[in-house]
Amino acid sequence: MSKIIATAAIRGAHKLVNRAEAALADAIKAKGKDAAIEYPNTAYYLPIMYLFLGQKVQKLGDLEESMQEARNLLHDPPSDDLWLPYLGDTLDCGVATLLAEETIEVLKCFMGPSPVNGIWLGFTDDAILRTQGIKLVDGRMPGFAAIVGATKTNREAVELIRGLQERNILVFMAGNSGGRAIAEQLAAEGVEMNWDTFLVPYGKEITSAIHALNFAARSAMTFGGIEPGGMKQAREILRYNKERVHAFVLALDADPGVNGQLLTDEKYATAAGAINFGFPVISDVNIPEILPSGICTYEHVVANVPVAEIITRAAEVRGLKIKIEKIPIPVPFGAGFEGERVRKEDMHAQFGGQYTDAFELLRMKPLDQIEDGKIEVIGPEIDGMKEGEAFPLGILIDVAGREFQEDFESVVERRIHHYISCANGIFHMGQRSIIWVRISKEAKAKGFKIKHFGDILVTKIHNDFSSIIDRVQVKLITDAEKIKGPLEEAKRMYKHRDDRIAGMTDDDVEDFYSCTLCQSYAPNHVCIVTPQRLGLCGAYSWLDCKASYQIDKNGPNEPVQKGECLDPVKGQWKGVNDYIAVKSHGNLKNFNAYSMLEDPMTSCGCFECICGIVPEANGVMIVDRDHAGMTPVGMKFSTLAGKIGGGIQTPGFIGIGKLYISSPKFISAEGGIERLVWMPRTLKEEVGVRLKERLQKIGKEDLFDKIATEENAETPDKLLEFLESVDHPALKLDPII
Amino acid sequence: MPKDLLFADNATREMVKRAEAENIDTIWDRYDAVQPQCKFGSLGVCCRICTMGPCRISLTPGKDPQTGACGANADTIAARNIARMIAAGTAAHSDHGRGVALTLLQAAEKPNFDYQIKNADKLKAIAEVYGVKVQGRSISDIAQDVAKAALEEFGRYEGEVRIAATAPKTRQELWRKLRIFPRSIDREVVETMHRTTMGVDADYKNIMKQGMRAALADGWGGSMVATELSDVLFGSPQPLRSRANLGVIEADNVNIVVHGHEPLLSDVLAIMSKDEDLIAKAKAKGAKGIGLAGICCTANEILVRHGVPLAGNFMQQELAILTGAIEMMVVDVQCLMPSIATVAGCFHTQLVTTSSKARMAGVRHIEFHETEAKKICTEIIGEAIENFSNRKKERVYIPKDTEKLVAGFTTESVFHHLGGKYRSTYRPLNDAIIAGRLRGAAGVVGCSTPRIDYESGHIKMVKELLKNDVLVVSTGCNAITCAKHGLLKPESAFEFAGKGLQEICRAVGIPPVLHVGACVDNSRILRTLTNIVSEGGLGNDLSDLPVAGAAPEWMSEKAVTIGFYFVASGVYTVIGHPLPMMGSQNLFNYLTRDIEQEVGGKWAFEPDAVVAAHKMIRHIDKKRKALKLKPMMYEQALKPEE
Repeated sequence: MSKIIATAAIRGAHKLVNRAEAALADAIKAKGKDAAIEYPNTAYYLPIMYLFLGQKVQKLGDLEESMQEARNLLHDPPSDDLWLPYLGDTLDCGVATLLAEETIEVLKCFMGPSPVNGIWLGFTDDAILRTQGIKLVDGRMPGFAAIVGATKTNREAVELIRGLQERNILVFMAGNSGGRAIAEQLAAEGVEMNWDTFLVPYGKEITSAIHALNFAARSAMTFGGIEPGGMKQAREILRYNKERVHAFVLALDADPGVNGQLLTDEKYATAAGAINFGFPVISDVNIPEILPSGICTYEHVVANVPVAEIITRAAEVRGLKIKIEKIPIPVPFGAGFEGERVRKEDMHAQFGGQYTDAFELLRMKPLDQIEDGKIEVIGPEIDGMKEGEAFPLGILIDVAGREFQEDFESVVERRIHHYISCANGIFHMGQRSIIWVRISKEAKAKGFKIKHFGDILVTKIHNDFSSIIDRVQVKLITDAEKIKGPLEEAKRMYKHRDDRIAGMTDDDVEDFYSCTLCQSYAPNHVCIVTPQRLGLCGAYSWLDCKASYQIDKNGPNEPVQKGECLDPVKGQWKGVNDYIAVKSHGNLKNFNAYSMLEDPMTSCGCFECICGIVPEANGVMIVDRDHAGMTPVGMKFSTLAGKIGGGIQTPGFIGIGKLYISSPKFISAEGGIERLVWMPRTLKEEVGVRLKERLQKIGKEDLFDKIATEENAETPDKLLEFLESVDHPALKLDPII
Repeated sequence: MPKDLLFADNATREMVKRAEAENIDTIWDRYDAVQPQCKFGSLGVCCRICTMGPCRISLTPGKDPQTGACGANADTIAARNIARMIAAGTAAHSDHGRGVALTLLQAAEKPNFDYQIKNADKLKAIAEVYGVKVQGRSISDIAQDVAKAALEEFGRYEGEVRIAATAPKTRQELWRKLRIFPRSIDREVVETMHRTTMGVDADYKNIMKQGMRAALADGWGGSMVATELSDVLFGSPQPLRSRANLGVIEADNVNIVVHGHEPLLSDVLAIMSKDEDLIAKAKAKGAKGIGLAGICCTANEILVRHGVPLAGNFMQQELAILTGAIEMMVVDVQCLMPSIATVAGCFHTQLVTTSSKARMAGVRHIEFHETEAKKICTEIIGEAIENFSNRKKERVYIPKDTEKLVAGFTTESVFHHLGGKYRSTYRPLNDAIIAGRLRGAAGVVGCSTPRIDYESGHIKMVKELLKNDVLVVSTGCNAITCAKHGLLKPESAFEFAGKGLQEICRAVGIPPVLHVGACVDNSRILRTLTNIVSEGGLGNDLSDLPVAGAAPEWMSEKAVTIGFYFVASGVYTVIGHPLPMMGSQNLFNYLTRDIEQEVGGKWAFEPDAVVAAHKMIRHIDKKRKALKLKPMMYEQALKPEE
């Protein structure tokens, strides 16, 4: 700590603790100590209190204890001369600041006015945390930037943000510089800000920066499986953040009128709190620097960096691994644009949807039939398309490579969505012959052409699949007549693939695949992916893992020899047991692929759904992460998720991918699909087609309507009543326990 | 005629002149008077172990006698002499440790005892080392078991000194392999005396192995017990501000100076000197209040725990009395010059001895018993107050010089200073070394001596190290010297430290020289080094670390022991005046060269403090290279060798 920073931060901590105490006193006066207090939809209480104090704040009165702890952490600022060591004291004051800020922010939710207002989003709930967590885990997001303040001009703000998005860095925004906030600058420039664009404005006050830190805190609890409770766990969570959550603070522009100081005391105090997490501060202002490392991985405070260079410098200071491919297109490109929508009024032209024929197909060809990098547009280019009209679009990709196998076609084809939608101003959804694409007016104005789809695909496929693909060529068909033939061919190929994959069973293969992608976050978790049970995140099928292994032999997926079958019903193999013992670092001994009660698979935290036992109904329920309501087991998704993540076996509960629900191996050891008694309505609709097909195959079509949803029951009693009324088969099965 | 002190602090120079004017002899005069000193003794080849002797070995190679009457050669004689010095040093520190352990036991057993347990956390940490159950037990129960376990360290008849198991595992294994892991503290002292008596061990290397074992019984035994249990009993030091040098003595106070090494008496004196009744009595005598100041390591003990100012170090004990403003000097044990009785006799100062182990003929003795600590301290202060009226105002001469300081660093507090409560860690220190911000660290410790220009050894060496980005930790009289020269002020980093070290000092808010306590607290340095190893990234053993030790102005047997336990712990150790064994070429080669193959550390003797600092830095560079650390971040005054 520079003494100047230490002094300001310690002063700031005192101010914020005083302010939080006053706000708390007012709240208690108005509502009483017993009033319940919580953030919406989280299993982690007030995450900052939970982290540092192991305290499960549920009532207003609990916050008095939190604030007492905060006060105990306050120290005096260093003296002008003959000072005593201040680094540790400042870090403690940083923690006191965070406790105070969490109090201030949660009291805003409680007392109003609501912090969720206009562009400001406030607290991030657990559902979003888990969805975004996957991106952290699989490297789509190299880290977070918490931006505090504003830039000199709006143009600088947009450029900075586009730069961060291009690098797939998640952006949190909080606080202001002299009343100006970067989120407001972006709003003025029409930049879309939400979780889909990786741009998250928390609040205009510096205290709202706490939401970036309570997000970070929960990521360690969710994905690291560290349950708070004491000093040891608190340290583990902070170290987890230092080592695995690559976040940093960008403090932009000076605060006016702070008595010869460039930033407010409160900003310094918040930074001291962030440094406890190992998150450094990079600023464009000439504040004092803290160069020695140790609490953070590299420097703690780096100053005077021009905004134009600040991302590069921040990446160095935080040690971010950023892979940025320069794709030869006239619009910015990055995962931050993946979730971006193009509204009708902003659209120049659209393709597919319900309007025209459209498809995408990737197929293997012999090497000599492909001219690498060739991009053909068959039909009109964008300049020939009138604003607002719909055109057909066939995306036909031919690839070749000595190591390429037919099985990989669909794996690579599935990436088309991700690639195309990462271009700023382009919207893409769906796959195969149900795609829907829009090009925005802005993209067109910048010079985006149909041909650029080809540039994106050629570059990205080469980058991501260089070990299996040597040549790529792309045909883009926008002619209504010329698309017909290729479309028919594509449909034939889709059917051929479906038949192949659908027919593949766990017994047909010698090897399963492991997935340890999430070990960067959940160090003891191992997924075993089989043809009939895909990864619990829903993103990795057995074929995906196989392709991934081909692509990178040292990557997160590797073949696991099944070896001797120890239990065909529960799905236990000696080879898998041996493998899992090593890869879980000795934490797990046995693993059953088809049982949720005995030695079930562990979860990293990225599960699409949780399947949990409902003893009263002699069956199981499934809840997906988009369902925020109550479930018949008496816990919401977020609470359940908090209990089963982090690489521990929790008999009776498993994390699963949605596709597993319609697999013949779905908890087959416990009786299979007939055990399923409850799932949220939206999930039931989503998996409906496949599930009905599956039920038809086993002659139990009527079961579908007997599966309850939240509309039928949210409690075990009501559920049982419903199941009895429809004569659900689970009630007649052997006792599940 | 006193030496012309060219390097000393102003107060000392002034007071030496005053002594001359008053015609009072000081250490410098007497040192001159004993010149020339016996060459055979200096070179370690005089044997007085039996009455066939004294025998001395010829200093001319090939010329008789090359053995003593019994046949012991220069190697044997020198090794035996050194080993006996080690035994004495171990005995001194360890006896101090035993006293603290006995006091802790009484504090645990007697509810109304004058000492109370002030640091329960540390007690529990030590309990863990000793395998004492903590959960569900009262502090006094735990303390009893810990005190007994500590006392067993002295007289155990089988097994090992258990607290030494806090050393890195690889180091412990090495000690066991070499058969130098200490078994029990008293046993190693006794065995050393046995082996070196007439007609026993004659193999100089074998004697030195036992010497190392006895030294380890001090550093990782007696001294460690003393430090650890003192923290339990008196509280762990915390960084605090104070002042140093003779100017801290205020003319209108009833002044009491404590001198020696143990905290048992002085800690209570520090508390009682604040007693309102006693202050009222002092005021009644016309004084402003009661002024307490310290000399030597007793001073360090109550400085780091109570902020009591430092009057001076070993060489200044007579000078303090020469101010004419000291009502009483209270001494306990070690480094007490009998001359203070004479100097006190020239003034109204009453000298009081308090330990049955350290009395002076004709000097008032108030024997200190822990059971009546407060009562005795009240009596002592009472006598001092009475003596105030005997002071002769016209003979009062107090030099103005004082310097501000920050002291009170410990092995444990580093965690908080670097990481606060939640990130409590050594990481920034290790990182600083790994990244090349710090070149390394050095322990500069030890006595002061009239043998060289007073304080030049300490100050020149420390400044040279700081300039080259070496962080310095200090104990004993070196710490007091550094304090007097302003090196314990945090601001001094910006004046004396290299750029990398400055950045660390600025980041953490520390002085470039860290005062970690009395000479018995060198055990804190061992523990700190162990923590650095555990933090990771700098090797697996103490001998891998880019660190060095030094005692540029050493004179006491305790310093020999300290040096040996650092060498046996794997640390390169440089002292100013050579060990008294230069008459044995074989022993010299062994201690300064071959021993490194065995224990990883070795000795070097270098009277030129700057050259000595360079040797330390070169050693640090060697270790950096072996660890493949990054090149230094900033340009170095002493360039690393290619």
